[in-house]
Amino acid sequence: MEILSNLALGFSVALSPYTLFLAVCGCFLGTIIGALPGLGPSNGVAILIPITFTLGLDATSALVLMTAVYYGAMYGGRISSILLNIPGDEPALMTTLDGYPMAKQGRAGDALVLSGVASFVGAFLATVGLMLLAPTLARVAFYFGPAEYFALYMLAFCTLGGMASNNQAKAALAACIGLGIAMVGVDSSSGLPRLTGGNLHLYDGVDFLVAIVGLFAIAEIFFFIESHGKGSSLGVKLEKVRVPWKDIFSTKWTMLRASGVGFIAGVLPGAGASLGSFLAYMSEKSIAGDKGGFGTGVPKGVAAPEAGNNSAAGGALVPMLTLGVPGSGTTAVLLALLMTLNITPGPTLFTDNADVVWGLIASLLIANVVLLLMNVPMVKIFVRVLTVPAWVLLPGVTMVSFVGIYSLTGSYFDLLLMVGFGVLGYFLRKLDVPTVPVILGILLGGNMEDALRRAMTLSDGDPMYLFSSPIAVGLWAFAIAGFIAPMFLRGVLKKPQAITD
Amino acid sequence: MAADRIFGLIALITAVAYLAAASQIQTNLFSGEFLPKLFPFLIGGVAAICALTIVFKPDPDPEWPVAGTWINMALAVLVLAVYAVMLTPLGFILPTAIAAGVLSYQISPRAIPATLSGIGLSLGLFVLFKFALGLGNIVAYRIPTAQKLWDAFAILIPFVGGH
Repeated sequence: MEILSNLALGFSVALSPYTLFLAVCGCFLGTIIGALPGLGPSNGVAILIPITFTLGLDATSALVLMTAVYYGAMYGGRISSILLNIPGDEPALMTTLDGYPMAKQGRAGDALVLSGVASFVGAFLATVGLMLLAPTLARVAFYFGPAEYFALYMLAFCTLGGMASNNQAKAALAACIGLGIAMVGVDSSSGLPRLTGGNLHLYDGVDFLVAIVGLFAIAEIFFFIESHGKGSSLGVKLEKVRVPWKDIFSTKWTMLRASGVGFIAGVLPGAGASLGSFLAYMSEKSIAGDKGGFGTGVPKGVAAPEAGNNSAAGGALVPMLTLGVPGSGTTAVLLALLMTLNITPGPTLFTDNADVVWGLIASLLIANVVLLLMNVPMVKIFVRVLTVPAWVLLPGVTMVSFVGIYSLTGSYFDLLLMVGFGVLGYFLRKLDVPTVPVILGILLGGNMEDALRRAMTLSDGDPMYLFSSPIAVGLWAFAIAGFIAPMFLRGVLKKPQAITD
Repeated sequence: MAADRIFGLIALITAVAYLAAASQIQTNLFSGEFLPKLFPFLIGGVAAICALTIVFKPDPDPEWPVAGTWINMALAVLVLAVYAVMLTPLGFILPTAIAAGVLSYQISPRAIPATLSGIGLSLGLFVLFKFALGLGNIVAYRIPTAQKLWDAFAILIPFVGGH
């Protein structure tokens, strides 16, 4: 019953009136951020990190606030998926497939409540899974040496590149861009600058927050200028919202199965929530068969991807917390948050910072309950957020991003760098190069290099040391399989296209 | 096709330049001769292979915006860059109102709503950040000398400004 006592510790940290207030604020803010079209969970959390940092909150409060925002944004993302047919981020794409047709049939309210309940089930079960699995994995992770860690980072980049993109070469190049940027700065062992081009501003390296906000939030501006803010009009009417008990009851097994599938997909490092919602939707579709009517607006088609998506988001926290390897864009942003708060994820986190970890887990549970209670009665308020016009929203988001980065360092250089990352992000996304590996590369580059260097020092420069233990060989095998297999499976695992009117 | 080939070539040149820069990394006794260069070499090498793959196996071209939109986007980059360097010498309110207004106009070209949203966002965000959240280093306005203004602006001109 170690878990229960740990959980009690977590709740004792996270359940003060002040943190509860922060959780409610975070959930509300997060849902709004998620609901705003073009502002997904990663952007939302990314632009708020610098501001949270300058507010001077302590680690637990900041974590509670930001995880509430994170979960809230996951909830909110489904609102624009269902009502506007615009997914806030990639995992939400699957929700549009049945959510939007259901809304067009005049059942928008039912779809919203049902997806809220499915999100709750998925996220709740995933948090329980996290509690059970993470301490075990943390114990295994104690056996990891530098060779194993290097292989693990390879696995994360390979599966991310393999599964989350359409072109392996582009995904690998994106990872190289990120890793290459991470190398810039003063070298830790020699104390001499590397690859700075003599620019003093680069001696500290490139702050990952600058890159995240640039690539995610500033790049969005250019897409909106390109489209002139079109395509975000509310085409669906929302009538009175009631709780569709019948639909919830009839989809209970769907939700449970989808949560299981999503959690497993989330635990794989690098795979993340997109894969979770995709697999959950596809497996439910094949269980239901042709008569299931998936794609025409059936409740199961709404419940499955939402449960899978949220469960994968929880599952992705397992490798992130125990190994320091995030599984998706949003968990990468959460990792950035932890690193900003000077908490280093890894196996020691569960022993050294038990209060932070279990406080985080408790706050996930709290955020989840708050979100469920908030979402059913207040969904109309969140829907109204969708009517904020793009010509107010986007300049506002840009200015918040600028202020956030400016308040971190007060330096024009970081702001210019952020604009540069915005331009880079626009071209990368235009050319179908995924941006998440860039972020992950910047975040993990330093650790990955450390692991390699330590391995080389231990083995006196023998590269075979990297393949010297069974764990390392296994991770390498998974990495190579994860990178190559999708090339052959791409024909089989074709993503369904979003419907258009 | 063409877009990917050009992108691949740029990436290849960058990767080669990165490798060249990596070979010039200074080392000393503490770090050893090779270790600081090892990982940058690996990254550059993998990037070069990926770039070559993209050049020889390009994807279909994306839909590029029309010429007018390119000008608009270049203008937006310029506005953001000028905003970045003017935030310190001029304070928050004036640069924010102008930058937000211009961006708003570019997304939806109507002068009056754009002006209003620029001014509204500037004042609203200032109140939010300064008084509700208490962010320290934001100043409402500053009246700079001509010299300071020029110094800030010169940062954006290559080989002239910047410190």
